[in-house]
Amino acid sequence: MVPEAEFRSYYGRPVIKAPIWHEPHMPTYLYLGGLSGASSVMAVMARLTGHDRLGRTARVAAALGASAGAGLLAAELGRPERFLNMLRVFKPTSPMSVGSWILAVQGGLSAVAASSELTGMLPAVGDAALLATGVTGPLTATYTAVLVADTAVPAWHEAYRELPFLFAGSALASAGAAGMLATPPAQAGPARAVAVLGAAMETVAGAVMERRLGPAGEPYQLGRAGVLMRSARAQAAGGGLLAAVAGRSRALAAVSGLALTAGALCTRFGILAAGRASAADPKYTVVPQRRRLDGERPT
Amino acid sequence: MAECHPVGFQWVVEARARGAKVFHVDPRFTRTSALADRHLPIRAGSDIVLLGALINHVLGNELDFREYVLAYTNAATLVSEDFRDTEDLDGLFSGFDPETRTYDPVSWSYADTPAQAPGEQLEGGRYHAEAAGADRYGAAGAAAPPGPRTDPTLRHPRCVYQILRRHFARYTPELVEQLCGISREDFAELADAITANSGRERTTTWVYSVGWTQHTVGAQYIRTASILQLLLGNVGRPGGGILALRGHASIQGSTDIPTLFNLLPGYLTMPHAHRHEGLDDYLATEGGETGFWGHRRSYLVSLLKAWWGEAATEENDFCFGHLPRLTGDHGHYTTVMGQIDGTVKGYFVVGENPAVGSSGGRAQRLGLANLDWLVVRDLTLVETATFWLDGPELETGEMRTEDIATEVFFLPAASHVEKEGTFTNTQRLLQWREKALDPPGECRSDLWFYYHLGRLIRQRLTGDEIDRPVRELTWDYPEEGEHRDPSAQAVLREINGVGPDGRALSSYTQLEPDGSTRCGCWIYCGVYADEVNQAARRRPGSEQSFVAPEWGWAWPANMRILYNRASADPEGRPWSERKAYVWWDAERGEWTGYDVPDFERTKPPGYVPPEDATAEAALAGTAPFIMQTDGKGWLYVPVGLADGPLPAHYEPHESPVGNPLYGQQANPARKIYPRPESPYNPPESPRYPYVLTTYRLTEHHTAGAMSRPLAYLAELQPELFCEVSPELAAELGLVNGEWATIVTSRTVIEARVLVTGRVRPLRIQGRTIHQVGLPYHWGWGGGGLVTGDVTNDLLPLVLDPNVYIQESKVMTCDVRRGRRPRGPAMLALLEEYRRG
Amino acid sequence: MAERMGFFTDTSICIGCKACEVACKEWNQLPDDGFVFEATSYDNTGALGASTWRHVAFIEQSRPVRVDSDGGDGGVDGGGDGGVDRWLMSSDVCKHCTNAACLDVCPTGALFRTEFGTVVVQADICNGCGYCVPACPFGVIDRREGDGRAWKCTMCYDRQIGGLEPACAKACPTDSIQFGPLDELRERAADRLARLHADGHAEARLYGESPDDGVGGAGAFFLLLDEPEVYGLPPDPVATTRDLPSMWRWAGAAALSLAGAVAVTFTGTFTGAFAGGRKGARR
Repeated sequence: MVPEAEFRSYYGRPVIKAPIWHEPHMPTYLYLGGLSGASSVMAVMARLTGHDRLGRTARVAAALGASAGAGLLAAELGRPERFLNMLRVFKPTSPMSVGSWILAVQGGLSAVAASSELTGMLPAVGDAALLATGVTGPLTATYTAVLVADTAVPAWHEAYRELPFLFAGSALASAGAAGMLATPPAQAGPARAVAVLGAAMETVAGAVMERRLGPAGEPYQLGRAGVLMRSARAQAAGGGLLAAVAGRSRALAAVSGLALTAGALCTRFGILAAGRASAADPKYTVVPQRRRLDGERPT
Repeated sequence: MAECHPVGFQWVVEARARGAKVFHVDPRFTRTSALADRHLPIRAGSDIVLLGALINHVLGNELDFREYVLAYTNAATLVSEDFRDTEDLDGLFSGFDPETRTYDPVSWSYADTPAQAPGEQLEGGRYHAEAAGADRYGAAGAAAPPGPRTDPTLRHPRCVYQILRRHFARYTPELVEQLCGISREDFAELADAITANSGRERTTTWVYSVGWTQHTVGAQYIRTASILQLLLGNVGRPGGGILALRGHASIQGSTDIPTLFNLLPGYLTMPHAHRHEGLDDYLATEGGETGFWGHRRSYLVSLLKAWWGEAATEENDFCFGHLPRLTGDHGHYTTVMGQIDGTVKGYFVVGENPAVGSSGGRAQRLGLANLDWLVVRDLTLVETATFWLDGPELETGEMRTEDIATEVFFLPAASHVEKEGTFTNTQRLLQWREKALDPPGECRSDLWFYYHLGRLIRQRLTGDEIDRPVRELTWDYPEEGEHRDPSAQAVLREINGVGPDGRALSSYTQLEPDGSTRCGCWIYCGVYADEVNQAARRRPGSEQSFVAPEWGWAWPANMRILYNRASADPEGRPWSERKAYVWWDAERGEWTGYDVPDFERTKPPGYVPPEDATAEAALAGTAPFIMQTDGKGWLYVPVGLADGPLPAHYEPHESPVGNPLYGQQANPARKIYPRPESPYNPPESPRYPYVLTTYRLTEHHTAGAMSRPLAYLAELQPELFCEVSPELAAELGLVNGEWATIVTSRTVIEARVLVTGRVRPLRIQGRTIHQVGLPYHWGWGGGGLVTGDVTNDLLPLVLDPNVYIQESKVMTCDVRRGRRPRGPAMLALLEEYRRG
Repeated sequence: MAERMGFFTDTSICIGCKACEVACKEWNQLPDDGFVFEATSYDNTGALGASTWRHVAFIEQSRPVRVDSDGGDGGVDGGGDGGVDRWLMSSDVCKHCTNAACLDVCPTGALFRTEFGTVVVQADICNGCGYCVPACPFGVIDRREGDGRAWKCTMCYDRQIGGLEPACAKACPTDSIQFGPLDELRERAADRLARLHADGHAEARLYGESPDDGVGGAGAFFLLLDEPEVYGLPPDPVATTRDLPSMWRWAGAAALSLAGAVAVTFTGTFTGAFAGGRKGARR
């Protein structure tokens, strides 16, 4: 345990405001964005390699993830009727602006790709749209890491290097799990592989992050966030292992897919909880800043 | 000052920026302490010890400004052989009558004072005292003979200087440490600072608020400071004086044009049935013939002419007989007792909220509940108007709504931004305010109310003789607007007064005793000079001298510092260049300077009054205090006060400690109401071990009627709290943010706990004394967004004998952990305490 | 653009009267924040928020003394004990940063920089995404419940357009809050600091006045008598967007990794290891 840092504060009140984003909207949106983004890439690869059944699943998952995510995003707004104000400007300095455009494009493209797949209409247009999601998909899955990191919340901001990988891993696991759950096992081999890789990436990125952050990473280990993050890790590991050995077992695939999905959700909820905890305790804001200042001062 | 007068405090901040050293003496460390150089925590109620010790320090070390003291004060005057000091009589001055608890002041007079009226008729005597007659000294001193015997060497044992030395000899730094809880080192720092900053080159000022007035020795607190300031030469000079910060906007105005039972406008006393038969009789007993007060006939006759116009003639004493007469004390608390006893049947309450704002709220409400009718005029439906529906006595079962027969009339009032008129601030500065907007709905100004009430009453009058005083009143103000508001400008002009030609007068010196002039308030004469509303002047300070004479108008005669003749030496030269203010210009043969000289413009410093001269002509060219009969600043008061010619330390009426100075524990002349409705905590009672002091917070105003209904203020201090030291909290198990119950023999209330090191336990007479602080802004209703128990319900009904102010700054109490019991259980707890 | 305007809040002469809080709410017609006794000295406001754009902090301090743990029945002497010797008061406000994270991250352009160099929310644009809230390193801006939009100090943009000083500065009786051209305020603050230092107040320091700090200097800066965190201010605030390019690079790498990972799974031997895929499909 890190020794309690000595610091001064104003009646223990937080220095910064905690993120006001709600549960389950925000973390679910993070999950869905990851699911959509990674599913798109999976769908592209499936199309290119002829995994048609898996491709169909992935196309649908990508489309549903993006549209449901957009719905949650709108519901999260204080003024949902002004959702379209997000597309009033394009601001490179705002990850949410950039992300809104990415999500809008990803949502549109993935919807076209899925509709074409399901209806059989305009297959060329559908494929073109699908190919384009090969670009927007990874961005949809990872921009959200920038979204949370570009705040004054220490546990988020300080983790801006690892969070994208954590999110990418989580997205892969989510997409792989969806593929496993909604595709007959015989056609879901790549999905299982994606799931395994995703779980591995998520686990490694999480471990690296917590180690590098040191005291700033404490919120990921304590309290509700700690429970969620530990549970996420266990489910990712378990789900990943199961995926690796599931083979053609429908039951194992289902268990693995559910575990991975639950793990991915736990990760997202855990990250929000850790961010809130990190903002609520002035220690996380004051101590590193004070060290930085004192370090700069000649003693 | 920063707490209750934050706007005025900007000048203290500015003074500090220019190098002034600021001491703050207060039981608690307040917002003022936060910006002071030094905070001296003091036990509430021990201020005369501190001030007396400073006087002793000045006298003992001969640090007084001797030239000033000799020329401008009565230090050299000899006092009657019959005078006996508290030092001789164990805490009593000569002349005390324990039966009536009043003094016969005859023995206090100057030596060789010719035979006077019986003591009870004298100023300071019984009749005078029972009508709080000392209130008159708001404008002029009591009558003492001019030219008494003096000893300029100050060696005569009966000269005032020597009497002071003996009187204050026991007020030592050690006593300060023992009784005030202020260390000798801190005292020395204060004493050195004030003496180093007094004299020719520098001045020191004292600023007080109700922390000095609301005591059974309140007037004597200010007297003690006056003695100190006179000894140090800090009166009538820039940067000097004693600044009284009033409790409300225009409270100064409401004593100048009084809302008090005992005064007429301009500090003319209300006639007393047993002292004043006719006009001449009245004038003979209400002050001396020398000094400017010698013109009081002009002031009073002009007032009577303003009120009764053509009906007032030389033959009928200018309708002096139309004035009501006092028969004794008709003050607030006596009136409440009359209500309880059934002798007072009706009650007008205007802009006050006695049900929560006055001492002993329970007695107040018992009185209200026993009236036939009650008129309440206020901005919101204050507790005084709703006590019968939701007062605390309903919860305890002491009252039932159906038993209360009082008929209550609530009349909504306009606020200060919804009407025009003047505010008079503590500097006597009148500032005209425009109306910003019309009052909403049925709300009307007080001016509207009284004018139309008078108009309607006059319509109903008969030819009956008893109606004559009202029938003959001048009641002819021009009306304005759809609600027929009387013109406030016209009222101000009436107050200013007019000459025989009907033109506005420009100075009170123009007033005549023969009825040819009219003036509603002699000290305000000139506020409408040249037919211009002088109070509305707003020339920015940057465009005029530092005295800023063209901002508003100050009474008297637009003078900004009173008695400013004292800013020059006896020869009329400034005491120093640095402190030059008003001086004699020998070439032009007149007084001149930055301010309006408070002196006859052409009276030379060398003027010696002829024998038998009267009024101002009887004062020498070296007598700055022109409203005094002898032109002197009074270190010793030979007549006029109800509780002695000199201040002496008495413990508060309720105190946890004994008075080590005298056998007399508390002020012997204090006004008490020994009644079952509002019993007292016995002195030194272990049942009530803590000192309780009450006060205001910046965020609220008085009992909260003007602040609790406003969200922006209410949210800043949402709940009643008590301030306790960490040590007392530990002793009683009080937890910050939780509840405490505070008990006096009057009632039991609850408050949130604020544990703070800003309240320190004090070491008094070898033991620890804890002080508890309670703001008093809460009540149960009043349209408040926030409500709370009534602090003032805890207060005892005991008054200063000079001006009848209640002792609300200090009493004793007990404190318990947790919330108070409800309903009858609360009465049971109270009963337990009362049994002792 | 007109001259950059700012606030200099000299807390050494703040008397904690809260006139700034009230004047601000009056002028801007803000709702109340609830009626809660906080038991934190005289501060029942707590913090800046959507409906509180000025907040006066109250800090009671004692000279460092040994604290007796065994308490008992007191026995404390007058003076020199644990009593409060210093009561700091400070009126906090939006800093109107040179590099304003709230403005940077706002996705709709609702937050903008005015001609006075201040940062203002346009209430008719804001869609309440709430992103500015955790972005602010000072915890200033907040979303108002029920209203759904983000609110903060505008430095009385409307009054400034009308040639008036902001309501808080106007109401401040001791000139603790000073409003004016930022350059002029910085000079005034330097003079005041020098004066306090000369008078022996070594603890006095300026906060937010340096253009070299993590937010490029604040448009509203302070003279403090203790460390910033004592007042609830971050000691070394940094606009989070300073690291944004780097964040995008890391995110880009992660995106490529994601794409690469998927690509790998669909190719060659790696997929074979997962016993399924094509073979099953053929069957």
